[in-house]
Amino acid sequence: MTTGFIICGALGREVQQIINRYGWDADIIGVSAIHHLFPQRIAPAVEKRILAMKAQYARLIVVYGDCGTAGALDETLARYGIKRVAGLHCYEMYAGNLVNDLMAEELGTWFLTDFLVRKFEGTILKGMGLDRFPELKADYFRHYKRIVYLAQNPDEALQQKAQEIAAFLELPLEIRRTGLDLLEQQLLTLMEGSVRNF
Amino acid sequence: MNDEVNIKDMPIDELLELMQDDLYDGYADEVVAEVNEALSRGMTPYEVLTQGLVAGMDIVGVDFRDGVLFVPEVLMAAKAMKAGMIILRPLLAETGAPKVGTLVIGTVKGDIHDIGKNLVAMMMEGAGFEVINLGINNDVDSFMGAIDAHNPDIIGMSALLTTTMPYMRTVVNTLKEKGIRRDLIVLVGGAPVNDAFAEDIGADACCRDAAVAVETAEKLMAIKREKG
Repeated sequence: MTTGFIICGALGREVQQIINRYGWDADIIGVSAIHHLFPQRIAPAVEKRILAMKAQYARLIVVYGDCGTAGALDETLARYGIKRVAGLHCYEMYAGNLVNDLMAEELGTWFLTDFLVRKFEGTILKGMGLDRFPELKADYFRHYKRIVYLAQNPDEALQQKAQEIAAFLELPLEIRRTGLDLLEQQLLTLMEGSVRNF
Repeated sequence: MNDEVNIKDMPIDELLELMQDDLYDGYADEVVAEVNEALSRGMTPYEVLTQGLVAGMDIVGVDFRDGVLFVPEVLMAAKAMKAGMIILRPLLAETGAPKVGTLVIGTVKGDIHDIGKNLVAMMMEGAGFEVINLGINNDVDSFMGAIDAHNPDIIGMSALLTTTMPYMRTVVNTLKEKGIRRDLIVLVGGAPVNDAFAEDIGADACCRDAAVAVETAEKLMAIKREKG
């Protein structure tokens, strides 16, 4: 029974890692992570994947955060009876309540993940227009007090790059290793669920 | 702006068109020069505002709504607008220029995210509203203090976090307790905020983005004026 994972591009490598670990009969199909900058695009983009895939897969599971859709993504999934990994965003999928604790500790916390460190130039510099308008850095980041890198599989190179990003943004860096445990638990639960969900 | 262009020799309609183009492109220094040039030719501050900056921001708003421009470009245009407004604002106050309405806007308590809120503030100013921008992390006292001080037509509240958006209800409830809710238009916005939430807390509307905020504010102001 092949499962189709419709995933945010920011979670692709990590979801594939979990699929491989359990040997699941599953494919992953990406939806651009950059949509989090244009939240109104997320639900239609996911729905497009659903329509393209539902005939070919016994089960579909969505791994995309609400990411500012204000509930539109969940409304779309409810129409098809498709489940998704719980969480407003990927930070929560990796770190759970720790995200809220860190925010409560310091409102001005800006988060990184392995993906964001790896793809900083495309998702942040280009995505937020800092490549074209470097003067916007102050507009975007002036209220932030620290960066917390929620690290999944941090190797030396990623940690070094996170330090460089922190230096560029002129913010102190804290690294918290989350691993994949929380995301893995959620995927396990969903994979144990109903056979056909649409 | 092309360095070869001499704005001193330019007819006034071309100068205004250039001002709109430079605002659209986010060229703050050029907009400042063009605003000063227009004023030096005897245009009133209100004419420069409406025929130059507001007209330029209108195009930005339409292109933002239609997906031609994105947040970085609109922020740059807003910065150019802001640079022009630094010159015009005191002159407008002196000359008693008409205004569409007054908006008090802020990010609610516990939230420091202000990009969207600042876009709304600048585009509302670009649409002719007087805007009092309270910044980030505003508690109910901050909103009430601004209402007392500025007697606004509209209260705008923004939140990016699901943990902070419930605070909007606290502000709306306080407006009700003070008996001033019906005197004010309440607009809310931010990534997790939707129409159902706005209705639930007793706001007038949820605005998906800055362009929608301007359209909604203008529409609700027109209704408010009709009601007298």
